[in-house]
Amino acid sequence: MMSGTLSLLFRERLRVMRYTLSENPVNMLAFVLFGLLALAALFGPMLAPHDPLATNAQDALQAPSAQYWFGTDQLGRDVFSRVLVATRLDLLIALGAVLISCVVGSVIGAILGYFGGMLDATASRVVDVLMAFPLFVLAMALVAALGNTVMNVIYATAIINLPFYIRLARAEVNVRRNLGYVEAARVGGSGHTRILMVFLLPNILSPVVIQASVNLGWAVLNAAGLSFLGLGVRPPTPEWGIMVAEGARFITSGEWWIALFPGLALMVAVFAFNLLGDALRDILDPRLRT
Amino acid sequence: MSAEALLSVRSLSVNFRTRSGTVAVLDRVTFDVAPGEIVGIVGESGSGKSVTAFAVMGILDAAAQITSGEILFEGRNVLAMGARERDAWRGSEASIIFQNPRTALNPIRTAGEQIGDVLARHVPDTATVIRAKVLDALRQVRIPDPEKRAKSYPFELSGGLCQRIGIAMALSCSPKLLIADEPTTGLDVTTQAVIMDLIRDLAHERNLGTVLITHDLALASEYCDRIVVMHAGHVVEAAPVAELFAHPRHPYTTRLLRSVPSIADDISQLQAISGSLPDLRRSDLPPCRFAERCDRRIPACDAAGLMLEAAGPSHTVACRNPL
Amino acid sequence: MTETPIIEVENLEKHFVVAREGLLRRRKEQRLHAVDDVSFEIYPGEAVGLVGESGCGKSTLSRVLSRLVDPTAGRIRMNGRDVTDLKTSAFTRSPLRREIQMVFQDPTESLNPRFTAFDLIADPLRQLMPPSSRASLQTKVEAAADNVNLPRSLLTRFPHQLSGGQKARVGIARAMVVEPRLLVLDEPTSALDVSVQATVLQLLDRLRRESNVALLFVSHDLNVVRLLCRRIIVMYLGQIVESGTTEQLFDNPRHPYTRALLSSIPTLRQDRKRERIKLVGDPQSPINPSPTMCRLYGRCPRQQERCRHEAPPLVADADGRKLRCHFPES
Repeated sequence: MMSGTLSLLFRERLRVMRYTLSENPVNMLAFVLFGLLALAALFGPMLAPHDPLATNAQDALQAPSAQYWFGTDQLGRDVFSRVLVATRLDLLIALGAVLISCVVGSVIGAILGYFGGMLDATASRVVDVLMAFPLFVLAMALVAALGNTVMNVIYATAIINLPFYIRLARAEVNVRRNLGYVEAARVGGSGHTRILMVFLLPNILSPVVIQASVNLGWAVLNAAGLSFLGLGVRPPTPEWGIMVAEGARFITSGEWWIALFPGLALMVAVFAFNLLGDALRDILDPRLRT
Repeated sequence: MSAEALLSVRSLSVNFRTRSGTVAVLDRVTFDVAPGEIVGIVGESGSGKSVTAFAVMGILDAAAQITSGEILFEGRNVLAMGARERDAWRGSEASIIFQNPRTALNPIRTAGEQIGDVLARHVPDTATVIRAKVLDALRQVRIPDPEKRAKSYPFELSGGLCQRIGIAMALSCSPKLLIADEPTTGLDVTTQAVIMDLIRDLAHERNLGTVLITHDLALASEYCDRIVVMHAGHVVEAAPVAELFAHPRHPYTTRLLRSVPSIADDISQLQAISGSLPDLRRSDLPPCRFAERCDRRIPACDAAGLMLEAAGPSHTVACRNPL
Repeated sequence: MTETPIIEVENLEKHFVVAREGLLRRRKEQRLHAVDDVSFEIYPGEAVGLVGESGCGKSTLSRVLSRLVDPTAGRIRMNGRDVTDLKTSAFTRSPLRREIQMVFQDPTESLNPRFTAFDLIADPLRQLMPPSSRASLQTKVEAAADNVNLPRSLLTRFPHQLSGGQKARVGIARAMVVEPRLLVLDEPTSALDVSVQATVLQLLDRLRRESNVALLFVSHDLNVVRLLCRRIIVMYLGQIVESGTTEQLFDNPRHPYTRALLSSIPTLRQDRKRERIKLVGDPQSPINPSPTMCRLYGRCPRQQERCRHEAPPLVADADGRKLRCHFPES
């Protein structure tokens, strides 16, 4: 019966989605952009006109042209191909971090919000301390401490994002834990674990998903920022952050395209995820709309 | 009714634009309120009674459209007033008390400040004079220790006290018309009695025309002079209280009366009303919106042009087959 | 009655600590006395009304009786056996859980928005009386729906696709499907329109007669309780102030609070009109109430000096009626 419920819910959602998209064209834009990013991530390496790693000293530092759409960098590599291929890595890092953060954070937050008491009081103070640090600096410290690898960048980003999910889940569960249907579940024989898993977590999915999609934008920026500083991803792997770092040197000498295009890509990605968050909010819970 | 009517709502129709279509919330609503009279608008949820009140006050949602009709206040069409004139009118000539007293008050301003705000808006004066008027208003609604209460915030006050503040605010500029939208829903029964007594006494003292909106027929029977029964956006019957309960003519009124617990001696005597409210988004709504639930339906019920017609002294009913 | 009560509570107390003792003992501990010294029993198949206004403790009491909340003092007996030491978490897992079920006030809030009506009714069944097969689950859920006149076609709908009356019926079906002996109803019709209320009330009455399930009907609406219940318990500020049969209470209410309550309820029947008895003054606070003063003191039209120094006990009279008052009306 549960699967039947899921398919019914899904059909409901599709109907609301169609309506919301038609009502607000910006939501359409969000999905289109997200679609493009997803395509770039999935098929980037296949679609790239040039090998992103192939150096070509002759064609170095060339402005955008018909052959090299975004120009070439100081080693003669095609900027467009690199930007395209980098999409996959950046998105994966962001997605990985947000997924871990979201799942772990929501569960912790839900437990805190549900049980309250001393557990909540102490844990919340720990979270407060975590949030008191400048998060980016914390990420740097974590990567430096754990080791300079991509996985650690993912973990570090996940950790610094935890507080948002913990707080969100805690607040949402707190609001719902005294609602009639939770009491009904207790009278109906469900223990605490089942109530959390079956009745509370699924019902806070909407605000959490919305937070996650907005978070994706931030996570992309975070990953790029860390590699800009030399932490995590290392050259010659194409990644937007590294590309901006490398291209920054050349802006003053007039080769603006090396840093601009990866920067633009970052911007588009963050923009797309923020819009996606808004669109999802409209679809999943219109009451949250401002 | 004659030109003496304080408020005359004539054939008011209101639509709501929503995500799922246009909802014909009110259809040709008509009723009068005389000065000093307490008129009860009674109906279940979805009957449009609150929408009527908000339309009269001019505080409908942006999604609402008044498609036809007039609202005459002392002969003037309120709907034709400009925004400024309407703003000045609202609060000084006509006032409203809302359903949930605690949320109807601004939580970050004290009671005294809020009443003072209303006064300052319509009858600007020095702070001293306004302070005196505020205390006077609090005394009028029988709040003990008015100096202390004027400095209290809504969260410090009980529901009953909050509602009295609301009443004080509404009456501070001596309006001629008072609309009370479910003023006691959410209050304890003992508090409800006290608040309703207060409203009735003030209405009589000041010769206010009062509109009491409620779903509680028993409450309306105790405090109102006349009752207007609404169903799905239509006025189905209107009559003086005693007449309505002694000789209800509309099938809905009769069924409603039989479903109220206080009227029955035994649970088997209670009668539910079959069916449910029609979907007001339909384009094929029948002329009588109760027809599909009615056990007295006849073919004539499908004819257009259903109007309120006389059925006794001051008694009107909109039905093709009244009792 | 010689039958064993389904549930019996004795000197039940539920207090909440709202503020702890100050560090240097300068500030006293603030305890909210939600329920104080409550004793009564409910027999199989009977309908008992629990009435009072907001803050009287009836909601808290209903939660203690449903074993959602543990009392701070007093004893609870089920079927004659003392179960006070069986705490709520353990109770959830015991076979006694299905004997007491609850119907909640707000039909919207009390139904999980992610479950279909079918799942909502099936869930307690799966937890408390696991059926042997998918087919038997289906049969039982459909039978429960039939029992409350809920069309089977609505079982695939979600709560937001149901009307108020339909949601209320899902709530009742869900509670009845595990065949409880006692149904605790917390204001089940307050959020419903009066015409739908009639349906639900008649449904409850029929269920009681057919399944012999006892009802504890918690409400502020005495008109409703009068029609459904044979016995009524009136509460004020956490205590029982009067209890007796419906006829006794309505024909001759003796406690000043009961009289004030009855006189404040609007009624359509002119022959039932009573002279309004007003309770002037603010109610006492439920926090750290004085143990030597009657809790109605300060508002009571019949109060005297004795009421200030001596809190009246709950006393039973010859007719089985219980009264907590020094100077009740005769």
